[in-house]
Formats: sequence, C-alpha cells, structure tokens
Amino acid sequence: MNARDPNAKLGFIGQSIVRREDTRFLTGVGQYTDDIHLSQQSYGVFVRSPHAHARITKLDVAAAAAAPGVLGVYTGEHFKDIGGLPCGWLINNIDGTPMKEPKHPVLAFGKVRYVGDRVALIVAETLEQAKAARDMVEVDYDVLPAVIDIGNVTATGAAVHDEAPDNQCYLWHIGDKEGTDEAFQHAAHVTTLTFRNNRLAPNAIEPRAANAAWNPSDDSYTLYVANQNPHVERLLMCAFVLGIPEHKMRVVAPDVGGGFGSKIFLYGEETALVWASKQVRRPIKWVAERSEAFLSDAHGRDHLTTAELAMDKDGHFLGFRVNTTANLGAYLSTFASAVPTILYATLLAGQYKTPKISCTVKSVFTNTAPVDAYRGAGRPEATYTVERMVETAAHELGIDPAELRRRNFITTFPYATPVGLTYDTGDYEATMSRAIELADVAGFAARKAESEAKGMKRGLGYSAYIEACGIAPSAVAGALGARAGLFEAGEVRVHPTGKVTVFTGSHSHGQGHETTFAQVVADKLGIPLEDITIEHGDTGKILFGMGTYGSRSLAVGGTAIVKALDKVIAKGKKIAAHLLEAADTDIEFENGVFKVAGTDKSVPFANVSLTAYVPHNFPHDKLEPGLNENAFYDPSNFTYPAGTYICEVEVDPATGVVRVDRFTACDDFGNVINPMIVEGQVHGGLAQGIGQALLENCTYDVDSGQLLTGSYMDYAMPRADNFPHFVVETVKGTPCTHNPLGVKGCGEAGAIGSPPAVINAICDALKVKDVPMPATPHTVWKTIHNMQ
Amino acid sequence: MPLLSLTVNGKAVQREVAPNTLLVEFIREHLRLTGTHTGCDTGQCGACTVHLDGRAVKACSMLATQAAGRQLTTIEGLASATGDLHPMQTAFNQCHGLQCGFCTPGMVMSAIDLVQHHDCSSEAKIREGLEGNMCRCTGYQNIVKAVAQAAEATKALA
Repeated sequence: MNARDPNAKLGFIGQSIVRREDTRFLTGVGQYTDDIHLSQQSYGVFVRSPHAHARITKLDVAAAAAAPGVLGVYTGEHFKDIGGLPCGWLINNIDGTPMKEPKHPVLAFGKVRYVGDRVALIVAETLEQAKAARDMVEVDYDVLPAVIDIGNVTATGAAVHDEAPDNQCYLWHIGDKEGTDEAFQHAAHVTTLTFRNNRLAPNAIEPRAANAAWNPSDDSYTLYVANQNPHVERLLMCAFVLGIPEHKMRVVAPDVGGGFGSKIFLYGEETALVWASKQVRRPIKWVAERSEAFLSDAHGRDHLTTAELAMDKDGHFLGFRVNTTANLGAYLSTFASAVPTILYATLLAGQYKTPKISCTVKSVFTNTAPVDAYRGAGRPEATYTVERMVETAAHELGIDPAELRRRNFITTFPYATPVGLTYDTGDYEATMSRAIELADVAGFAARKAESEAKGMKRGLGYSAYIEACGIAPSAVAGALGARAGLFEAGEVRVHPTGKVTVFTGSHSHGQGHETTFAQVVADKLGIPLEDITIEHGDTGKILFGMGTYGSRSLAVGGTAIVKALDKVIAKGKKIAAHLLEAADTDIEFENGVFKVAGTDKSVPFANVSLTAYVPHNFPHDKLEPGLNENAFYDPSNFTYPAGTYICEVEVDPATGVVRVDRFTACDDFGNVINPMIVEGQVHGGLAQGIGQALLENCTYDVDSGQLLTGSYMDYAMPRADNFPHFVVETVKGTPCTHNPLGVKGCGEAGAIGSPPAVINAICDALKVKDVPMPATPHTVWKTIHNMQ
Repeated sequence: MPLLSLTVNGKAVQREVAPNTLLVEFIREHLRLTGTHTGCDTGQCGACTVHLDGRAVKACSMLATQAAGRQLTTIEGLASATGDLHPMQTAFNQCHGLQCGFCTPGMVMSAIDLVQHHDCSSEAKIREGLEGNMCRCTGYQNIVKAVAQAAEATKALA
C-alpha cells in the first residue's frame, strides 16, 4: 500500500491515500438511515400485493386501524388525487408520438401490477405493532392473467395498463436503417445471435430505508433516506408528487450502504412516509426487509436481443443491426425509459469504426418489479451485445479475436459514431496489448493442455468495452428527452483560519469522495488534507446537486469543485495583491502561498483567508469580504472510459461447473486521483459483472408472476470464493480532453466489461456459439449435452 | 419480561427484554449500538456478526436471552479505550477493504474469528472462510488482502 504521510502538503493527486472516511465505518459509528432514531419515533410497514396482477375488490383496514399502537393506516384512496411518481426521461416512438406513461401511484389504487406492489402503509408506535396490524388488513383480489414473458407480452391477452393494450411503452429507433440494410447486402459474412441479458437485483447490503419527520413549527419536512441524489429526490417528490414547497423539505442521505443505481430513484415508500408524517404528526421510519428489497427495489438489465453483424471477407465491420426488447416492469421508474435507449443503443459502436448501425428498441410493461438503472445501466447490455457478436464473428471467420478487434478499432479522435456520440479520445490498442501481456495469453495453450490432461475444458474470452460516463451535457440530454439538467454544483467555503469545507452535490455511498475530493482540494490550495472537510448528502447544507450515478462524481462534481477553487484563488490573489501592494496580475499562487512574481514578497493562504474575514486592511472599493465561492459545471461531452478484459475459465464437463481461473482488467480512465480507490471500484464492478455472468438471476414464475428468487437462499449472490485474484491495471491512458482534471470515471467499468469476457471464455472452452447467462452448472451442463 | 444480564464490550449490562427479542434487535434497538447491521432476513449476509465469548455469531439468528451471562463484543468494542484500532481494523483501512462500510462491522468480526481460530495460510482458505459474509462493493479482493495482512500481524505477535 502506498499510504502517504497524511501531513505531507503537495502532490496528493495520483497517490493511494488511505481513506479518511474508514474510521467511522470500522468503529461502528457510521450513521446509516436505520441508525437515526428521532424523538417520538414511530414505525411504518407496507402491505404488499401477493399477486402479479389483480383487481382490488375489497380493502378493509378497520381492524388494523383499531389495533394496539396503530397511529394511521393509509391506502391508494389517500393518494388517488395527487401525482404519480414521475419518469425523468421522455422517449418518443419512431412515429414521433410520446411513450406511454401510465400513472405510477404512490400506493396502488384499484389494481396491483406486480408481486410486492404497495397496497397500504401502516404506522404504529412500534415496529412489532405495525407488523401485527399489517396482518389484520383485509384485501380481496380478483386475480388477472399476468404478463411476464418479454418475448411474448401479448400471450395472455392481459394489459398491465389500459393505456397500453399491447403492453408496449414505446418503439424507438436510432441509426441509419436503410444504410445498414444496404451494408448487409455487400457482406461476405454475417454473424447472428439472439440472447437474453439476464435480470438482476441490485442488492446493496444496506436495504432501502427512510425516516420522515414533519415539523409543526414551520410546516416543513425532513427526510432521511438511503439515496444517491438527495436534491433530485427532493425535486421529484416536491414538484411532481406531493406539492410540498421545495424550501420546506430537507432531504438527508446520510451514510448510505451501497447504491449501484437502486437508490437513485424516487420510490413510493419514502413518498408515502413523508405525506403520512404530517398526518400522524410523528417521525416515521421504514426499513426494507431483504425480501421486500428483492420484490420492490428497481431491478436491472432484462433485455432480449437479436443482433446481426455484417463483415467483408477480411472481417472489417460493415453494418450492425440490433433489435432489442427491454423489460420496464410494471411502472416507469425514474430513469427506466432512458436505460435501454439513450444509455444503451448509443454505445453500440463499441470501440469499432462500424460505419452503419441501426438499432430498434421495443420497451414493454410486464407484471414484474420496475426495472431501471443498475451499475452500468444500458452500457453493460450494449457491451454484451457488441462483444459477444465480435467474439462469435471471430470464431466463425477463424480470425484471432484480438486481431479481429484490432482490425476494426477506432484509431483517430475525435470520432463521431453512427449512433450519436463523439468519442473525444482513446487508445484501444494500449489497453488491448497490455491486457494480453498481463493475462499471459501466450501461455494459454500450455494451460489448456494441462486442463485437458485432467479432463477439464479451458477457454479464454475477450471483451473490449467502452462506456459513456460523466453524464451529461444538459443540452444534449434535454434534446434526447431528459427532463432534468445533468450538471453538478460545488461550493468551497474557506474559513477565517484557512480551513476549508467543501460542499458537493455528488454523493458518496462507498466511492471514497471524502478522500479523493480532498486530494484535489489539497493540491489546488496547497493545504494539508486534515484542513479539509468534504460535505455531501444534505439539501440543507449543499446548494444543489444532481448526485452520483453513471460514474460522474469526479468528472462532473469534481470539476464543479475545481471551478469553485479557481474562483477562490482568483479572489485570494486580489486580496494578496492589496496586502503586498502589487498589481493583481503580478500575483502567483503556488504551494499554498500567494507571492509577487519575481520577488520574495509573499503571503500564505491562511493570512489571506483571515484578511477576508477580518477586513481591516482590505480593498473594500473592489471586493466584498469573505472567501466563499460556488460553481456549477455542465460538461460539454460525455467521458469515454474504455479497456480490455480477458477472462480464462476452466469448465468441468462432468458437472458443468465453471471456475474463473484468471481475470485481467486493463482500463483507461484518463487521469487517476487515487489509484487504490480506482482499483477497488474495478474489483467491485468485476464481482457484479462476473456475478451476472455466472450466478445471479431474478426469476419470475412465467405463469403466476411470483418472484422465485426472493431471498439470499434463492438468489445467488457472489461470495469471496467465487472469484480468483483479479489482475487489475490502469494504463497511463488518454486524459479526458474536456474536463480540467482529465478524468473519465471508473465506477461502472468492471460491471460493464466483464460479462461478455466470461461468456466468451465459456463458449471458447466448450466450442459452442452461445451459453445463456447466468452460466450456472445446470445451464452449462445442458449446453454441453446440447439440451434446451 | 425476563431480566437479561450480560457483559457488553467489557461492561456489565442488565436490561428487561421480551423473550422473542433477537440479539441483533437487542444490540441495535435496546443498547443503541448501531454499528451492528441487518442486511437480510435469512442469516445469509453476515452484516450482524458479533462475538459471543470470543467466537463469531450472527446476531440475527439467536435470541437476546441466549446471550445471558456471556461476553458480547460488538464492533464498537474492538478498538482500545484510548482509540487504538484493532489490527484487523487497521488492515481493512490500509488495504482498502471497505467501501460503503455497511457489511464492514460484520466482516471485521468474522475476519477476527477466522484469523484466531481457522487456517488463513492461503488466499483460497481465507476466501472460503469469508463465505458467510457478503459484500457488494469490494469484490472481496481487498478484504482478503486485509485478512491476510492481519493474519501475518497476529502471527508476528504470537
């Protein structure tokens, strides 16, 4: 570990500084939502639908309401006249009409649409009393046929929503359809595959939780919630649902135990809690049980795709045609519509100069939990589509998979893809060649022979991913249907003594911002790390924020801080010029000292800050006192992290068990602030991606719509012994060209790049064209024996 | 309600508890020691792991009254009175063995038991020993590294 002396002053950027936030987590004094206990605390539980699709014919809460300790029982009746939970992204159909946007009620009214749908909220003095009363709620259901199979959403004749009788939310297209069709006519070879991108449960180990309090003194609310973007949560809840004035609502996302996307969204649970807290005039806490989390957290992925890749005789890609059906679940979650479109199809160029691409996406409603962004969000599905196709094509053409990729790599930048993005920079050969070295591809044949001697099969698979991170230029996002801006805000408050509090709209729920962001500030201001505090996650403290997702925190949130720091330094120079009796333009700032260029006259940062707040000798005619600056940063482009992953598996043909023997990840994240934290992000992403490929699957019974994988007994969560020691390296890389730190983002790469590498390796081992995810022993065994 | 007497982090504690109170509820709700977490309903995730008489147990899977007369140590009781971290806590910090921190208390308590009572001589053995604790953030690699480092440190002390 390259732990630096924390008292050292300069050169924090690029160092593996151990995390400052660790101590509170390691000693048990972190404050997660469930740890917050308010005066007069009461407890909420939800009655949930046991059916995938049913009419509520009777809902009698009288007995529950009269039960001991019960403070209130609330149903869809109470919410029927207020707004539903909004969807933040409008997608238009090919014919220009808007997507179907049926109401997503806070509590179900008249009908339930998935197992786990919220039917009633019970508030009681104790959790035990709330649960006891829950059993007294009488609900009669008229069960309807369920829509589960996305391959055939009209099979049962049922409509999840009356507004969408064919269960289609939208039919969307991107790219050049005619041009792509034309390219296929000149193809020497076409590779075709149909596959499912399996449905996943995010499974942050901290379940979703909320604690809502109404303050009678000024008719305001405070909501503590396990959430990744408290300002967005506040805006959506106030402006679109409850009509609470935004200045009367404070949302605090305290320590949050992992998010992975699932805590971006505005959910009905916390919305109901906020509303009910005024009814019962008490704070109400709700913490999801794990089984509730499986039923009601927004799931991820769940695409069914057919892709065709047209090539010339030398394997140059000519055209790529993709048809995807995406499951949105029963209701449109906050960013659900954008995931299989804007965040998916725009990445279908991958690292390749495919001249013509056409992608059609049909998104459907089903009687399953809502599906939304989960680590990678659309980009893992795109990478899986591209990288499974490329590898399959290589095998069909008899070309080495690395060589086929190299033949098609984009090598000149900026590069405008046929699907709407412009890659600013990259060096795909650098990560490919380094990954090949690190993975010892040269030694694969010998290892394969060893495996075969033992009766085992060994395979090697590549994946060369690209992702679009740092979302997003607001104007571009808006043109594509976003109903929000996607900038970030930061504030640098310099205290009189030169200590600094930085307020950021990004939110850390494991990413280590309290360390990484402080490294940036320490270097810019030339002050020690311990003079800096990073504050996040509280709308009462932070001016605004769009939050953390899409690997955007440092690229967007970090840049906002840098811009605020630049303003602090600019003002500091003017104060220093006054103190040093020099011209503003002659002042330089370096290593925490303002000095007159070419002289030995100088004044340290803390003297300037003191002067700003004790302005006895101060240029009052030119400046206001104080040293506090904020900045908003709206990026001019996405960032484009990319890399090559290589997986080597050994498969036991007798049992179908796949063992990942080696996994190598070589990434280009541009500049890196803290290599230790970046590596840790990749490790975590790899575990989720390999988990998707081998273990995890949300399974609904296709007839009843019951979730069959509703606990850790049934859903295969990755554990420590499912993985080898990952070899992870970040190349020196190509810095992002359009943010001052040159950073691209690293949070999702592991989950994006790894699934196709694993499946490609298994296909190589078994010499088969496809193995469905997750490649469980049973599935692999059936593949070996050529069974459906 | 039965009166429960036990030692918690070195101090004698007496509380009335309902007989159906889980140990994890007792720790979190009665004692307000919120470092011990609940991550699942089925005894799988290990976030609630504490030490009872020096051995790791999942506090969601036993009743509070079963801890009567015993020595309970939670994550809050690991560091010394002067604030010096336990070698396992130090190793987790140095090796970046935690991200969101939610599984961390249980992971650290399990890891200490693992080092004290089981074979940690190889990465494979450590990985197998951590089977009962889930982490969604780290991919386990740096947890394994931390446990190996703490095991070395413990060996050096012995």
